[in-house]
Amino acid sequence: MASFSTTATIIEPEISRDDHGTPPPIRDGGDYGRPGSPDYGTRLRRARLGLFVALIPVVMLFVSFTSAYVVRQGLPTLDPRTNNLTRDWIPVALPRLLLLNTFVLLVSSVSMELARRQIRARAMMETASAGTQIEIPWLGMTVILGLAFLFGQWMAWKQLAANGFYVSTTPSSSFIYLLTGAHGAHLLGGIVALFIAGVASLLHRSLKTRSIVVDVTAWYWHFMAVLWVYIFWLMKVAR
Amino acid sequence: MATHESGLPGVHAHAAPQGFIRKWVFSLDHKVIGLQYYFLALAAVFVGMFLSLLMRIHLIWPTATLPFLGEIQPATYLSLLTMHGTIMVFFVLTTAPQGGFGNYFLPIQIGAPDMAFPVLNMLSFWTTFLGFIVLLAAFFVTGGAPLHGWTGYAPLSALRSMPGEELGADLWITSIAIFCIGALMGALNFITTTLDMRAKGMSMMRMPLTVWSWFITAILGLLAFGVLLSAGILLLMDRNLGTSFFVPLVTLNGQLTGHKGGSPLLWQHLFWFFGHPEVYIAILPAMGLCSQLLSVFSRKPIFGYKAMVYAMLSIGFLGFMVWGHHMFMSGMSPYTAFAFSIMTMGIGVPSAIKTFNWLGTLWHGRIRFTSPMLFAIGFVSLFVTGGISGPFLAQPVLDIYLHETYFVIAHFHLIMGVASIFGIFAATYYWFPKMFGRMMNETLAKLHFWLTFVGAYAIFMPMHYSGMAGQLRRYSQGTEVAWIKALTPIQVFISIAAFITIASQFIFLFNLFWSMAKGKKASDNPWEATTLEWTTATPPPHDNFGGRTPVVHNGPYEYSVPGAPKDFVMQSDPEIKAKH
Amino acid sequence: MGLILLVVIWLITFVSTYFFIAKTWWLPVGASAAAAGIDHHFTVSFILMGAVFVAAQLALGFLVWKYRSGGTASTAEYSHGNAKLEVVWTVLTAVLFVGMNLMSSSIWASERFRAAEANAVHVEVTGMQFAWYFRYPGPDGKFGLTKPELEDASAGGEAALGLDTKDPASKDDVVSGVMVVPVNREVEVILRAHDVIHSFFVPAMRFKQDAVPGLAIHMHFTPIQTGEFEIACAELCGLGHYKMHGMLKVVSQEEFDKWLAAREAEKQ
Repeated sequence: MASFSTTATIIEPEISRDDHGTPPPIRDGGDYGRPGSPDYGTRLRRARLGLFVALIPVVMLFVSFTSAYVVRQGLPTLDPRTNNLTRDWIPVALPRLLLLNTFVLLVSSVSMELARRQIRARAMMETASAGTQIEIPWLGMTVILGLAFLFGQWMAWKQLAANGFYVSTTPSSSFIYLLTGAHGAHLLGGIVALFIAGVASLLHRSLKTRSIVVDVTAWYWHFMAVLWVYIFWLMKVAR
Repeated sequence: MATHESGLPGVHAHAAPQGFIRKWVFSLDHKVIGLQYYFLALAAVFVGMFLSLLMRIHLIWPTATLPFLGEIQPATYLSLLTMHGTIMVFFVLTTAPQGGFGNYFLPIQIGAPDMAFPVLNMLSFWTTFLGFIVLLAAFFVTGGAPLHGWTGYAPLSALRSMPGEELGADLWITSIAIFCIGALMGALNFITTTLDMRAKGMSMMRMPLTVWSWFITAILGLLAFGVLLSAGILLLMDRNLGTSFFVPLVTLNGQLTGHKGGSPLLWQHLFWFFGHPEVYIAILPAMGLCSQLLSVFSRKPIFGYKAMVYAMLSIGFLGFMVWGHHMFMSGMSPYTAFAFSIMTMGIGVPSAIKTFNWLGTLWHGRIRFTSPMLFAIGFVSLFVTGGISGPFLAQPVLDIYLHETYFVIAHFHLIMGVASIFGIFAATYYWFPKMFGRMMNETLAKLHFWLTFVGAYAIFMPMHYSGMAGQLRRYSQGTEVAWIKALTPIQVFISIAAFITIASQFIFLFNLFWSMAKGKKASDNPWEATTLEWTTATPPPHDNFGGRTPVVHNGPYEYSVPGAPKDFVMQSDPEIKAKH
Repeated sequence: MGLILLVVIWLITFVSTYFFIAKTWWLPVGASAAAAGIDHHFTVSFILMGAVFVAAQLALGFLVWKYRSGGTASTAEYSHGNAKLEVVWTVLTAVLFVGMNLMSSSIWASERFRAAEANAVHVEVTGMQFAWYFRYPGPDGKFGLTKPELEDASAGGEAALGLDTKDPASKDDVVSGVMVVPVNREVEVILRAHDVIHSFFVPAMRFKQDAVPGLAIHMHFTPIQTGEFEIACAELCGLGHYKMHGMLKVVSQEEFDKWLAAREAEKQ
């Protein structure tokens, strides 16, 4: 049997009460009301952890699309006219424009990284403005490159359509629109986040806050670039 | 996906939000959000129950004319069962235990002042709410709610020209997609909070099993909902853009549809890859809570805390490897079926371990029969009963006969539906004092328990028998097939039991709202429990601990520690070391 | 309260177990070669799982009564568990579950891992909203081609299937609304569907298989008793799902030959 001996007294925890039985007065939604909010390092770590977790379902979404893609490619279907199982997968020629778009996205990843480091350096130095130095607007460039990528994807879609491949034309064309569209939608989300961070100075958010936003969005952006390379490879090679 | 809030408190000092909207509608406080989820689920469960009431009425009185609804046609019956399943699985079983109680109590139980991302938390609730509205809208559009069952098998669900599958089906898929996004946002918050915001001394192996269950459930959701979302997107494309992911060359009434080459089995694989983890999402929080309550009200540590944690982790992990057991008869390869079947038997093992450990917790305890404890005991009984039918269905050779019969309905209602609902009831009775500062009425609670416990068995036990006799699911009437018609007496019994049990739930509803206003005032720790939520005020202040940061010295189940002054030691009390 | 819980839980357990043992509502008598093995495995499973069910529920009821506060114990035992016991019951459970499954897998293998025998009767079973059609290949042993464009359910069985009458192999195909097969001979069904997923279910034969559009699924069973057996659709297929039933008639070999010959003669 267990035994326990102590000379220590057990202190009852002090119970502080608000208005008994009524809901407590609610302060500002994010104010924890205790001295010392989490510091920059904690906030950054937490935000990055959140992003890492958030990327998992994005991965699952594209894993799921990939498995549908692979299954569909190899799937024989019953042709009732011949009573035979046939495969009906016809690969689609990818517009060359996609190569250019890939290049643009990879360059945007570089500018994104530079933007991330730039704002982080400023946040660490606690300077709210660039001072008198002229700084290259990496963030703005990333937004522009991102938009250029999306525009390029749109043009690629138009090229496919011009060649007669719409979303429902063949299974392979369905997947091309699906994969590029899903990726584009996610990238657009990243562009929106960057845009908000870029104009956040107008919203009186602190530099540290903006730096965290840009940091998290940067990792998201790099992930989008890697994801795009994967999708491009899938469509080009696994056909 | 990334937002510009990242758990940032007090960055800008504002005055407290004034007004109803900031305090109660768009609140960032996880406790308010938890209550919002809870009341959403409460509304949803009464809608879902009403739908099942209509179903049970129709099954025994097919030609009855109901007020406002008239005579229920086959199309309506199938819509009722589709919406009943969808509402219950998504907006009740995935919402109340996790979004409701998880949101409210996870931060408090780990000693944190809020969730990691309060704005995201608020958005996740309103997204879920929007999903519910979109789903309900399906009832009111031309063609009505879809009739393809909550599982939505293609091609039935994928053809816009199918009668009963018009705009309502698109709304159904859209609602589920919206729900996925809300659930993913919530999962993100739960995981980050659990990993990054535990108070000092709250190691992972000192977390209450409720926290473990919410954490593991969130991981399951994180991995599964993305796949469901992808399936929903493909289905919407098939329905509206003419693609053929799921639809092969088919004719409807002799007319070609324009689709070809797709695979109905692909839908099933994607759906069930989500669908099986989903059932664990529905039950794990109840399991965590049951462990908690059995310990508190037996005044005994949970039997085998580590085993319980590993069991939940195994259930979560294995849960992703068994989805094919829903597809034994689907045309899937029999070899694949065999593999899935072995894995499925495997997942029964950690569930059995948990049951043994619950019994082990009761053994040599000092049991207090409070209303939460009654529901916890009821949970164990129902979980066993529902679990026992699992191994029948897991064996393909037996599933040949049992697939799509009422035996399946009995199985999943008992082990996922009713057991999980008992968890929600138990959680309500248990945490009501902490949330509202008052006790619920014990007499009404006990009455509610007995009627519901016996009622649930009366409804679902006979379904095993009718299933063994070949009663098939999703039949709007049993009048056409001779062997099914012969089973009508069982249907009558089930329906009567359902009427009584459904009526009994109004006792709970009354008790809930009456007690909020008139219940006996509650102390801060009326159950003499050890976890952190009982160390703080009732209801908890906005930052949960009133300016303090708890420091944890003990595990969560230190009851009846020999030599301790009381039969419970709180987690934040000075460290207790018992030699044993 | 502990006593009431014990009584109620035990009562529910005994009453529900009674109806299983008494087989008050049960499988119909098996009429296929596989039925005996399947039914035997049902019995084994019911005994094993039934024992677990009864033991667990009785234990639950007993424990909540025996260890009620105010009963014999004045204080609960402070124990965090027993690792050895955990290992023992984990292993036992695993052995029970996996063992039970492996026992049944030989039946599954014999039914589904092998193709139909060479002299099996071939019947193509087609499900469409909301009827079953059965096609026999005729003396040439080949099923004629079907074309979706030719489907016309209002014009009788062959038209419902969209039979291409120009295909020579179609000439001797017999399409019937009733499924007739000879007793004691393996039947190979080739399951097809025109529109949505249906499922072909004959309880007495212990046979069920989904009919999936885009697939032609080959399965087999061997009826060992003559009689009439109702077929029901076992996969939700739309408004008429509840009334999509058919009939399986198992007759002697002679009667089958006569029936088929008569149907062939009708076609001339």
